[in-house]
Amino acid sequence: MQVSMTVNGSEVSGDVEPRTLLVHFIRENLRLTGTHVGCETSYCGACTIHVDGTPVKSCTMLAVQANGANITTVEGLADGDNLHPVQEGFWERHGLQCGFCTPGMIMSASALLAENDNPSEDEIRHGIEGNLCRCTGYHNIVRSIEYAAAKMRGEEPAPPDWTQDFEGATA
Amino acid sequence: MTTTSTSAMGGIVRRKEDPALIAGKGRYVDDIKLNGEAAAVFVRSPFAHAKINSIDTSAATAMDGVLAVYTAEDTRHLGDLLAQVAVGSLRPLLADGAVHHAGEAVAMVVAENAYIAKDAADAVMVDYDPLPAVVDMKDAVKDEIKAHEDAESNVLLTWYSHDWWPGVFELEDHRPAIAAAKERDDVVVVSQEMTNQRLIPVAIEPRAVLADYNSGYGRVNVWSSSQIPHALAGAIAKTFGMTSHDVHVVAPEVGGGFGAKLNVYPDEMLVVFASKELSRPVRWTETRREAAYSTIQGRGWVGTATITGTKDGEILGYELDAIADMGAYSQNFTVAIPVLGLYVAQGQYNVPLAWQITCVHTNTQTTDAYRGAGRPEAIYYVERIIDMYAAAIGMDPADVRKKNFFKKDEFPATTAIGLTMDSGNYEYNLDTLLEDVDYDGLRKMQKDARDEGRYIGIGLSTYVEVCGFAPSVLAEFGFGWDAYGLPTSFSGSGLVRVNPDGSATVIIGTGPSGQGHQTTWAQVVSERLGIPVDAIRVTHGDTFESPTGVGTFGSRSAAVDGAATYEAAEKVRMKAAELVAHMLEASAEDIQFADGGAHVAGSPGHTVTWAEIAEVAYKPHKGPEGLEAGLEAHAVFSPGNATWPFGSHLAVVEVDPGTGDVKILRYVAVDDCGNRINPMIVDGQIHGGIAQGVGQALFEEAIYDENGNLLTGSLVDYPLPTAGDLPAFELGWTNTPTDVNPMGVKGIGEAGTIGSAQTIVNAVVDAVRPLGVTHIDMPLRPRKVWDAIQKARG
Ligand code: FES
Ligand code: FES
Repeated sequence: MQVSMTVNGSEVSGDVEPRTLLVHFIRENLRLTGTHVGCETSYCGACTIHVDGTPVKSCTMLAVQANGANITTVEGLADGDNLHPVQEGFWERHGLQCGFCTPGMIMSASALLAENDNPSEDEIRHGIEGNLCRCTGYHNIVRSIEYAAAKMRGEEPAPPDWTQDFEGATA
Repeated sequence: MTTTSTSAMGGIVRRKEDPALIAGKGRYVDDIKLNGEAAAVFVRSPFAHAKINSIDTSAATAMDGVLAVYTAEDTRHLGDLLAQVAVGSLRPLLADGAVHHAGEAVAMVVAENAYIAKDAADAVMVDYDPLPAVVDMKDAVKDEIKAHEDAESNVLLTWYSHDWWPGVFELEDHRPAIAAAKERDDVVVVSQEMTNQRLIPVAIEPRAVLADYNSGYGRVNVWSSSQIPHALAGAIAKTFGMTSHDVHVVAPEVGGGFGAKLNVYPDEMLVVFASKELSRPVRWTETRREAAYSTIQGRGWVGTATITGTKDGEILGYELDAIADMGAYSQNFTVAIPVLGLYVAQGQYNVPLAWQITCVHTNTQTTDAYRGAGRPEAIYYVERIIDMYAAAIGMDPADVRKKNFFKKDEFPATTAIGLTMDSGNYEYNLDTLLEDVDYDGLRKMQKDARDEGRYIGIGLSTYVEVCGFAPSVLAEFGFGWDAYGLPTSFSGSGLVRVNPDGSATVIIGTGPSGQGHQTTWAQVVSERLGIPVDAIRVTHGDTFESPTGVGTFGSRSAAVDGAATYEAAEKVRMKAAELVAHMLEASAEDIQFADGGAHVAGSPGHTVTWAEIAEVAYKPHKGPEGLEAGLEAHAVFSPGNATWPFGSHLAVVEVDPGTGDVKILRYVAVDDCGNRINPMIVDGQIHGGIAQGVGQALFEEAIYDENGNLLTGSLVDYPLPTAGDLPAFELGWTNTPTDVNPMGVKGIGEAGTIGSAQTIVNAVVDAVRPLGVTHIDMPLRPRKVWDAIQKARG
């Protein structure tokens, strides 16, 4: 079947089997491999993208269902060389380790902040519950999103909270 | 910018890894595409134990787009999967005549693409005769049903603390003394059977492997989501009769490991085999559900812990009598995992020890190293039972711990099993934690809450871990890598090259999966040479780049490969000093390196840049006579001992007795890993480690039914902690450097996990102790907590 959609601002089209998942169309046909597959069963969130501005787990959607949609993947989030504030936050606050959950996490977080640029820690934690990370324990992911939220509000982000050297660390 | 304060060691440096990863430009195995790729899919057994009567591949083979269907008939000649500790039953690459766990691979289909391969796999007809399965490890010990129908026993061996390595350690058997202590009237004996349940590692990136055999070059290129690329190359070479310099293994970005990728797997051998047979690149990517069958699991112990101690808190003996579930086959470390537990069996306590642990086969997936590997289990038992002992004698759990600690002046300290712990300052570390949280204030808050009918619990745990395994003699114990034709023992490898333009290339023998080695190693080299972090490129996970490599596991990389890199950089520095001395007409001893170049001590204006130094290095006629051209050095570092980090964790939880629901109010950890290269990365490792320990404590469990079917193979039935389940972590730090490596660093990759599961359980039990509960087995899901409360209430 023929599908066409807008992905990261470009018109794309392709010939797919009806059973092709959107995530596979993005990864295999378009070769945009930043969108990851961690479970293929809608639990991990590694495949999260924006479909018409809404975060969607792209393993839960068929490519044909996205016909005509406007899609943003992690590759299309930055504005040229300018990182999206969420991407910047993840870099500044060590919001990633292996990086595998990161594209999905960043897409969920950017959608969250588009709705509410001043979320509480609790709202952030519940807002990204659909995205699993096995590496970070989420602590620095939350801090990264807080950093981005501050930036989006035009405020100075809170300083990082990593452990500092202190008098008497060595006894 | 606060986050790029300095490039020196101990500085916070934003990760060099991140720009690609946050832009979706990182390349994991599944992101690499070769021309002409074929896809492999496995046919897996629906039975945990069965005889295979026949396999009919004809319908599958006849399907359009199917290239081949392989069974044990085709692969038997390659032998079993290699294992380091080859005790017990080894795994055939494809099931040969019988299957021994559900999901065992019986056949491999290779087709033009994965869709066709899946359809064809469904068309492979296997005729099985089901056999009785033994699933529970306590049943396995009875030997009424054999996991392997032809085996004499399910029991592989029993490790004893006093006799774990006969002939090397002459150890005292503490059992008679402990038995005698039990007879005294002034002692209490506290005993509890506890399960340390089986877990599924769940790296978010499923495993994937791509092999491309080229008969023209006589070489195979392999990309694998592996923590141990060099071992994989060695295993491929050995299995296929090649030399390892013809096997190029690359572990590109690896999406989490945690031990799941610390194995050489049959699928890795089989895609190489298929690529060789078909003369095409062949890929296999694990599905999430399949991962529960194709990737190792962890933990899986049941045991009774006993403390014999005086009523005023002096421990006279600690015993553990346990069974460990090896699953159906012994793979990489399988049978050795309990030994890693034995290493830290007594925790931070200088007490008589009597441990025995029996390793059994069952008809379940293989167990092996999962984050902590033996050490979380060991620390769980000692830290749970010491809490129960404290409760039994009515002493504060912090005081009981302190009373039995190895004291600061006892280091280097010898453990009951004859090992030497490098450095420790346990009381100071625990006191730091107790002060940080205002422990007395917390206890008062708890009491006030109880008066209001709220069930607040405070859980404490200390731990000692052993990591960066050494010395090399351990290789002789079966922990080495000789089984894979990799006689590197536990050494680390670092190669440092200053390039002609003055930048540096660093090549290390590790296989990281998110630990930030590119950043950390750049800091190490930058600190030695003064070359900015941004001008240093670090390569890892590539067997053609790094002369040797052991990979990344056991919290070893910084302490071992890091130290090798430090030494290589030091060699480069010495040579560069001679060059600079020549250039500046000074003496080599007076040359200092900083800020992108070198100068003569005392005259910082008199400088040369690294580009200038490199030019002289690569144009020997410009350099001092007799000095070899070039500017690079390789070092192999073989530490004289492991490192022994430690720490203290504390959790505050609230339990709702009406529902059994557990809420973590605070989680505080004060860890000590010696000097830190990049505290930001260290903190991140601790965070992730704690989350996995909390996952074990509250949520995760691999459950098999009595027929050996895994009931928790998907993420629906195997809930991982989400952001909403966890609190912000409060971290502190003490620093007790080690002298086993020149940087004074200890490992930190597993510490968080080793310290955390029992911290949570201790807190939950502390909360509901007034209701009469003394123990609940993990995971502490609401139903289980609620049941325990009902039972205690009668
Ligand atoms: S791959 Fe889509 S949710 Fe996991
Ligand atoms: S950074 Fe590895 S899974 Fe999130």
